[in-house]
Amino acid sequence: MILLPSNHNLADKILKLVSWLCGSFVLLFFAFLFFDILLQGYERLNIEFIYSNPLNAGREGGIAPMLISTLLLLFLCLAIALPISMSCAIYLAEYTNENQWFSRFIRRSLSMLASVPSIVMGMFGYAFFVISLNLGFSILSGALTLAAMILPLLIRNIEDTLRNISNIHRLNATALGLSKFRTIFQILLPMSIQGIFLALILGIGRAMAETAALLYTSGYVTRMPDTVFDSGRSLSVHIFDLSMNVPGGEQSAYSSALVLVLLLLSINFFTHWIGRKIQVRSIT
Amino acid sequence: MTEHSQSAFSKSTFLSAVPDDYVSAPNAEALPTYIDIQDLKLSISEQIIFESLTLPIYKNHVNALIGPSGCGKSSLLNTITRLTDYTDNIKIEGKIYIDEKNILNSDVDLIKLRRKVGMIFQKPVPFPLSIRKNFELPLKEHGTKNKYELEEKMENALRDVGLWQEVANRLNKSAVQLSGGQQQRLCIARVLALEPKALLMDEPCSALDPMATSIIEALIQQLKEKYTILLVTHNLSQAKRTADYVAFMWYNNSHGKLIEHNHSDIIFNTPSNPITAAYVKGLTD
Repeated sequence: MILLPSNHNLADKILKLVSWLCGSFVLLFFAFLFFDILLQGYERLNIEFIYSNPLNAGREGGIAPMLISTLLLLFLCLAIALPISMSCAIYLAEYTNENQWFSRFIRRSLSMLASVPSIVMGMFGYAFFVISLNLGFSILSGALTLAAMILPLLIRNIEDTLRNISNIHRLNATALGLSKFRTIFQILLPMSIQGIFLALILGIGRAMAETAALLYTSGYVTRMPDTVFDSGRSLSVHIFDLSMNVPGGEQSAYSSALVLVLLLLSINFFTHWIGRKIQVRSIT
Repeated sequence: MTEHSQSAFSKSTFLSAVPDDYVSAPNAEALPTYIDIQDLKLSISEQIIFESLTLPIYKNHVNALIGPSGCGKSSLLNTITRLTDYTDNIKIEGKIYIDEKNILNSDVDLIKLRRKVGMIFQKPVPFPLSIRKNFELPLKEHGTKNKYELEEKMENALRDVGLWQEVANRLNKSAVQLSGGQQQRLCIARVLALEPKALLMDEPCSALDPMATSIIEALIQQLKEKYTILLVTHNLSQAKRTADYVAFMWYNNSHGKLIEHNHSDIIFNTPSNPITAAYVKGLTD
């Protein structure tokens, strides 16, 4: 900034002020949102709220089944989406170049998949997983639909991570006579672990927030699911239901939202932590 | 390079002075060769990079390849290790014999070829993994599974390049924390651990400081007892210091071409070709 000529001082000051204001606005917005949820939600939040079943359509009682359903949905969705997206990203980044028609076709499809509204995804999930594959309203149907939704996000991010690795490493590996398999699994993937976990965090956020698609696929029964073939209500669906369909349910909705936000934050933190651990281990 | 010498090398001045097919071989001392390049021609998308290149690479000698940028020196190294396979629209004619086999044949085992002919690049790039992993990955690929054998090969290779003392207590630390010179020695050691027969070095010192450069040059002198070395360099004094035989490449109608090949003393003191004379004069000026 010192380098700018002095007659630019005014413009410089205005730019600085405007960017500072915008930055502060974002901070303020986040703080407002977070504290609103915190203040309105903490009253009902206690250990009992976490581990007991809902009563009176959720106005009283707790959220234990929703919490379990949410975690089951998330785990299953990642277990399905991660292997597929890793393989697909490896294929796109390591076996094709941008100009081949097949990879262009895959990329186009991914862009389109990424922009499908979640309600449409939900309808697809309902028609395909629930009806055609006869999985019914179940955690599995929901997880499969969620997996389809986060696939483009994961693939794109993992592919970018792989592509950002300098070709010089591939050249060195080839010159040392390393097979492509070893190069990918022992050099390129260990180098991409942080990127993969970042993609994972984005995917987790997307999946945990999803409501519309789950209404059609995993259902909204508030019972505790015994298996993944049972219907289960996710936290986001629970919040939606309490705030829209249950008069007097706002208090519980806020508390559930607080749990969802805290859960998401801690999962992100944990994922990041694991990513760093694995990164360190895979290097040595 | 001084301003004077740069103008002396301008293409137009010398194109007229290029005598056709003026490639002189060393005075037929009948040295054993390890790599035998015969009438090699390389073109990418119809554009000829170099042609009629015939060059014996003498066993257990330092063979230097000098010449201006863009005359195809690096492409030649890539051709010898078949790294050219991954370039689109590339066409190679001619023969390269290594151990009496033409390695340009399609049935050549590339993994074995690259084990025999190790490549050292201009910029040292260890894998951003631990020093130990940098050795383990290639060694395992080439069939060394035993843990003690792995350790032994790594230690020997690191000792060969004089790096063992410096890294012995941090083998599990990342290799990219080493200095540039250490990284280049690590890359050389990584190739040596595979027990190659020849080392192709593509300007191995150009990214290094003078201290590190002199260490690598001394290393090259040692290594020639066990290995055949082909060294591409832009640094004429380096070629003079380290090479036994020097091949000089120049452009002919914008195609790379071998102009002169002879013992280092002859190339630097009494070259037969006027272009060689002018090029190496940059050194004596």
